[in-house]
Amino acid sequence: MREAGLLRAARSGIVVIVVLAAVFLILPHFYNNRSLLFELMTFVVLTQGLNLLYGFTGYLPFGYVGFFGTGAYSTALLVLHTHLPVVACVVGGGVGAIVIGVILGPLLRLSGAYFSIANLAASQIIFFVVSNSNLSGITGGPYGLKIDRVYAPEASYLTMLVILLVATGLAAYFRTSRFGLGLRAMTQDPVSAEMAGINVVRQRVLVWLASAAVAGLAGGAYAWNLSVFYPDAVFALQIGVFAIVFALFGGVGTVIGPIVGAVLLYLLYDGIGISFPQGFELLYGALIVLLVLFLPNGISSLLTRRGLRVF
Amino acid sequence: MVSLLEYAVIGGILFGIFFSLIGIGLNLIFGVMRMINLAHGQFVMLGGFAAFVVSHDFGLNPLFGIPLSIVGAIIIGYPLYYAVVPRLQKSHDPEMLSFILFFGIAQVIEALAIFAFGADQRSLPGDALGGGNLGILGQDFPDSWWVAVAVSVIAIGGLYLYFSRTKLGYATRAVMADRDEARATGINVDRVSVIAFVIGLALAACAGVFVPYLLGSVSPDIGDNLTATSFAIIIIGSLGDPIGTVVGGLVFGLGTMLMQTFYASWSNLVPYVLLVIIVLIRPTGLLGRAVRHA
Repeated sequence: MREAGLLRAARSGIVVIVVLAAVFLILPHFYNNRSLLFELMTFVVLTQGLNLLYGFTGYLPFGYVGFFGTGAYSTALLVLHTHLPVVACVVGGGVGAIVIGVILGPLLRLSGAYFSIANLAASQIIFFVVSNSNLSGITGGPYGLKIDRVYAPEASYLTMLVILLVATGLAAYFRTSRFGLGLRAMTQDPVSAEMAGINVVRQRVLVWLASAAVAGLAGGAYAWNLSVFYPDAVFALQIGVFAIVFALFGGVGTVIGPIVGAVLLYLLYDGIGISFPQGFELLYGALIVLLVLFLPNGISSLLTRRGLRVF
Repeated sequence: MVSLLEYAVIGGILFGIFFSLIGIGLNLIFGVMRMINLAHGQFVMLGGFAAFVVSHDFGLNPLFGIPLSIVGAIIIGYPLYYAVVPRLQKSHDPEMLSFILFFGIAQVIEALAIFAFGADQRSLPGDALGGGNLGILGQDFPDSWWVAVAVSVIAIGGLYLYFSRTKLGYATRAVMADRDEARATGINVDRVSVIAFVIGLALAACAGVFVPYLLGSVSPDIGDNLTATSFAIIIIGSLGDPIGTVVGGLVFGLGTMLMQTFYASWSNLVPYVLLVIIVLIRPTGLLGRAVRHA
């Protein structure tokens, strides 16, 4: 019985991944604004990465963008100072984010809002250090870095797509596996979960690092695609905030919810937000308030309430 | 060198007393409601614009921003409280959900402030609070700093008297100590909470009146930074103990001033580094609530 359920769930995961891959491989042939598609994928990845942590452990990282920026800078520095292939440098971005994740690991001792705020502070510290003009020799300080000699829009697009599929695969794994079942148990009641033989601390740290790695990889591919960037472009708190809003809107703890939320709201942002940012800010602020009060599980709960299971 | 250190220490104390006032409203609301008002910095920012409006549009002394702030806090605070808080307290995780919700409110306030005042930085005429300098131990500070410190001392002292001398203040302390027991003894917890909420917003906005002087200018986007700084201050002090905020304010003020004097380019790190360090080494100091139980 359970085996069959797992099998069905795993099949749903594969379907989602195949559909995503097909959509983002075919779309560029019909729609030539490739930078919009790239940005869209970036935000889907970040939203899914945040969902890995928040949706499956309940830890809301307000400074999630710190990992994204770390990944961007790690990748750019590797490109500048080594002769590794660029894709390896992007992987290095993920590793850089994992290193930061290990350093910030003790933050997981905190709960709820304290974790969120401490994480925000940590990401600001990384940002201020990286953009400090005393470090101009290494990080370019406020002027950022330039890796335009490896500029390759096609390759970076495909890299981001692979990262998107990896992130989605991780979410599907958390949603369907024994590991994920353990996560759900410990979110509801960590003490009982520990008693039932789940290694709460180890699982939580693994999810934290996986979430960090996804953001770091995304940051690396993003830096590659931009090829010239300022610290603000990869450390703006708004990037992480968007990921939070998109995930909440779609519905955290699911695989599809964050994807749908990110796509819908990012397109809305692209429609009105870039030319009229404060209008969009007002809109998503109000949206957060309404979601918390009336739809804490996002729009996917509209389906759940009607008895449909959202994968 | 010595006089530079003297300047940093005295300036740090003055700055710290003012920042106690910035943080104290956040701590009061947390203490009573167990909710983090993530829109705190935005209310401080609104106070700054209250001062700007009375001085720029009505030609009055910016100090009239204080009564305007208090009236504004009452007008905004009561409906806001009843619109969101009772519903939140019935939800499954009030602490986290209120945190996210107030973040949404912060974004709404920031956007509306940009509509109303524009995105530019605004400053106030320097001589409105006395254009001279007042010295102590041979170190001069602008008059506006002394006015801000005086108002901070009066406001914090007033809050202390409220807690120690009035019936409502006793009830507020009872609610801070134990919400359920306070209710059991017949205290109207909702009334105490809404009053504490409004006082917290009013204190934030009153502090905001001086932001254009102590931080140079006010603009709609300073809110998040002020919230983070306030949070650092109240964590250093003692979360849930409003009067303890003063300790946090002084640590922050001295730290910032010393950094600004000796390592200026790193001074923006101060509140964040303090926050992370304190949260990590003293998690139990946060009333034991910051630590997970497994």
